[in-house]
Amino acid sequence: MAKHKTPLLDQLESGPWPSFVSDIKQEADARAKNEQGLDYQIPVDCPDDLLGVLEMSYTDGETHWKHGGIVGVFGYGGGVIGRYCDQPQMFPGVAHFHTVRVAQPNGKWYNTELLRNLVKIWDLRGSGLTNMHGATGDIVFLGTTTPQLEEIFWELTHDLEIDLGGSGSNLRTPATCLGMSRCEYACYDSQELCYNLTQEYQDELHRPAFPYKFKFKFDGCPNGCVAAIARSDLSFIGTWKDEIKINQEVVAAYVGGEIAPNAGAHAGRDWGAFDIQKEVVDLCPSKCISYDGKLTIDNKECVRCMHCINTMPRALKIGDERGCSILCGAKAPILDGPQMGSLLVPFIEVNKDDDYQAIKDIVENIWDWWMEEGKNRERIGETMKRLGMAALIDAAGVPVDARQVQEPRHNPYIFWKAEDVEGGWERDINDFRKRHQR
Amino acid sequence: MAFISSGYNPDKPMEGRVSDIGPRHFGEYLPPVIKENFGKWDYHEIIEPGILLHVALSGDKTYTVRAGTARLMSVTHIREICDIADKFSGGYVRFTTRNNLEFQVETEEAAKELKAFLNDQKFPGGAYKFPVGGTGAGVTNIVHTQGWVHCHTPATDASGTVKATMDVVFDDFTDMKLPAPVRISMACCLNMCGAVHCSDIAILGIHRKPPLIDHKFLDNLCEIPLAVAACPTGAVRPSKVELDGETYKTVAIKEERCMFCGNCYTMCPSLPLSDGEGDGIAIMVGGKISNRITKPAFSKVVVPFVPNEPPRWPTLTKTIKKILDTYAKDANKYERLGDWANRIGWERFFEKCDLPFSEHLIDDFRDPAYYTWRQTTQFKW
Ligand code: HEM
Ligand code: HEM
Ligand code: HEM
Ligand code: HEM
Ligand code: SF4
Ligand code: SF4
Ligand code: SF4
Ligand code: SF4
Repeated sequence: MAKHKTPLLDQLESGPWPSFVSDIKQEADARAKNEQGLDYQIPVDCPDDLLGVLEMSYTDGETHWKHGGIVGVFGYGGGVIGRYCDQPQMFPGVAHFHTVRVAQPNGKWYNTELLRNLVKIWDLRGSGLTNMHGATGDIVFLGTTTPQLEEIFWELTHDLEIDLGGSGSNLRTPATCLGMSRCEYACYDSQELCYNLTQEYQDELHRPAFPYKFKFKFDGCPNGCVAAIARSDLSFIGTWKDEIKINQEVVAAYVGGEIAPNAGAHAGRDWGAFDIQKEVVDLCPSKCISYDGKLTIDNKECVRCMHCINTMPRALKIGDERGCSILCGAKAPILDGPQMGSLLVPFIEVNKDDDYQAIKDIVENIWDWWMEEGKNRERIGETMKRLGMAALIDAAGVPVDARQVQEPRHNPYIFWKAEDVEGGWERDINDFRKRHQR
Repeated sequence: MAFISSGYNPDKPMEGRVSDIGPRHFGEYLPPVIKENFGKWDYHEIIEPGILLHVALSGDKTYTVRAGTARLMSVTHIREICDIADKFSGGYVRFTTRNNLEFQVETEEAAKELKAFLNDQKFPGGAYKFPVGGTGAGVTNIVHTQGWVHCHTPATDASGTVKATMDVVFDDFTDMKLPAPVRISMACCLNMCGAVHCSDIAILGIHRKPPLIDHKFLDNLCEIPLAVAACPTGAVRPSKVELDGETYKTVAIKEERCMFCGNCYTMCPSLPLSDGEGDGIAIMVGGKISNRITKPAFSKVVVPFVPNEPPRWPTLTKTIKKILDTYAKDANKYERLGDWANRIGWERFFEKCDLPFSEHLIDDFRDPAYYTWRQTTQFKW
């Protein structure tokens, strides 16, 4: 028997797409029945009360969550988001309803043992509701009370050997595409690099020391399945330097219609027979492919957009000299408008043998610069906009490269430095006056 | 309720404390076929909507069945997922970036059997629990934020707008009949935790009224300089007011400068800005993140405001459906939504999608605005 009437939310139970309302109701019932005989550590009816408060928002068109308070676990500046309901008398089950971010296995692979252990903790000590996953990538445990936080942290770290994720002005939980685990396009091991940097920077992840949040994301190739270029302060996007490998026989099979283009992605509609000229050659953005019964790619002109490879994945393969590009400064509109990542390092080897030292050097150089120059609550993308790409490049200690710009500057307002010009800036006015009358 | 201790001793918080251990290594959770062929994949195919085949250089094959979920899920639901994984996929399951589930199985028959099984699982209200789809040239699951379920700044709900939208575009989740993938994303305020600024279609909660000022409490709850510094447009300044014969230190807001971003509220709980009538949704389109053919691109605002119409947001979903259908009919194979709009011209986009153009769609925010105005006489009537 539902605790609150939810006529508006009930309308979200119909329709084909999975209904979060049905699911919350299912959890409310399960907790009421308590078949496992758990001694629930937070109010049993919190799913009911969550529906109640949500229904109220559906009626009012306004949120009923208060501004978060400062809660967390000892020694950490992040990982828990404080949350309180602004109608605690009506909905006591969610009066205190903090979120716990839990570090996910990179690439979001699980076995059921791990999942069952995670939900066991959350069943007993939390609301029984989760986000799988938050937009940053962590597992999000949705709603518990303050006294449970240390207990949850203890059980996570001791029993499951898993840590909290990041929140606050620190390194946020890094996220990666599934990369080499199941994708033939992966140009480097995005999961291993993600794991390694996550471990290396645990301190930065848990103890806010930055001007604002900082995100790493890892895409194994330019297809960008985790949207690194758009969502992360530093994006690591796989790429290659040498030639796309072509199997002419398989190209012929695509042309002959024996293999569906684009791995069958367009099967829902009759687009007619595959036309390699129209669908590959003409669409290549750098016009470096030709086909005359044999496919030729002028690899020097290729911009590695992935289109030809995506279209004929069995015939074309990424090159062998692989690494990643590093882009810096992506962020959502707050504060200064949206920014895409800007290319900082066109190519770097992703080398596990030296523990990715070349990449770590760049990361640390950038952080030092940003912590020195960045204003409070300024993303690095804004700092680089304010101080200039050249300043970032200099700080990162990477070479200047024509690839870092779309085109050269439009204005000649060049900030020359004294050391750039012959004789420096120091001059003598008296000396000048010897040549020029007043 | 009796308090159950985990072993943590609040009197000695450092005793036996484990910290900074990070996530478990992903290698522990890879299904055997994935582990054995790690980094050695040859090619993939989409067998049918929701079923992928990956073939390794070794000749090993694995079939992936992909199913949508509401990302807000209960432990009961997760246990159900575990039961399915134990029964069908050797106890392994994966979540995708866009909150889909993926199960690996060994044969095409097993994949089809699992697909049928997943499609049979329904909630009592009739909704699918695990609808199979989300592959290829279609719409996949919507990534989204917290909304009214859990956040303090939303201008709309997230789970509800997503459910209503996915119901309307469900056919495009289960089939692959669009010219290219269409990624829909949802964020409930301009913070864009689920940043939607580069999505084919974005649902974005927006406020339209300047913050209220809780004068009597502001100085107690907030650091005034922080609230002042938080405002990107300099609309907030320190001030004093007389109320009931008492003087309060507070702030004043230059309302015409406010762009309703909510930053001041983030720094100061005495400046709430939610409003039942003022709040609603902007629709943005034409963004992408992949480098395929064209460059990554930002989404553009094409509908400055639709009202919140819970529980099913009919104006929002009707508009999205209209844009999606027009694109599906008009675009070329492989052409992303934004590339189509660029090709036909945005003036044509508004005409074809039957959307009005208003002054709210002309950018006036700082320098980047300039690059969105037209500096040519090449335009279309
Ligand atoms: C044939 C080429 C492609 C292959 C083999 C491929 C493969 C994949 C794989 C394996 C995933 C799951 C990744 C993960 O969750 O970590 C994925 C997700 C995704 N891909 Fe691709 N991808 C391809 C092309 C593209 C293109 C061209 C785009 C964009 C233009 C794209 C955008 C995405 C997005 C947004 C996701 C998240 C979708 C989800 O989780 O449901 N992909 N892709
Ligand atoms: C000391 C300052 C300047 C001097 C001595 C100067 C001198 C000149 C001269 C001699 C011309 C050629 C006129 C002709 O073709 O008959 C010219 C053209 C022009 N000037 Fe200036 N100018 C100055 C500053 C500026 C500034 C500050 C601007 C704009 C902000 C400007 C904009 C132009 C433009 C747009 C033209 C026409 C260019 C064209 O033919 O496309 N000038 N200026
Ligand atoms: C003033 C700025 C911001 C504030 C006050 C803010 C606040 C929050 C809060 C309170 C949450 C937790 C919501 C919850 O779990 O209850 C959250 C989540 C999140 N925020 Fe922000 N945020 C801000 C800006 C941003 C920006 C600019 C981004 C990304 C560019 C971002 C990305 C995220 C992500 C990815 C999450 C996780 C969301 C999820 O689980 O769906 N936030 N933010
Ligand atoms: C072509 C451009 C972009 C596209 C298609 C795009 C798409 C997306 C998508 C689909 C998500 C959710 C992804 C997921 O969790 O799977 C997302 C998240 C996000 N995007 Fe974008 N985005 C783009 C550009 C940007 C830009 C330029 C920024 C920042 C300036 C940005 C900031 C974010 C943030 C902050 C998040 C959530 C943050 C996080 O999870 O770390 N995005 N975006
Ligand atoms: S980003 Fe590239 S390597 Fe990673 S999953 Fe997507 S297509 Fe594969
Ligand atoms: S990857 Fe892109 S740029 Fe390179 S050859 Fe293929 S289609 Fe052309
Ligand atoms: S987008 Fe805004 S309202 Fe939504 S969860 Fe993030 S901060 Fe909260
Ligand atoms: S909502 Fe944003 S623009 Fe408006 S006063 Fe607050 S900080 Fe300034």
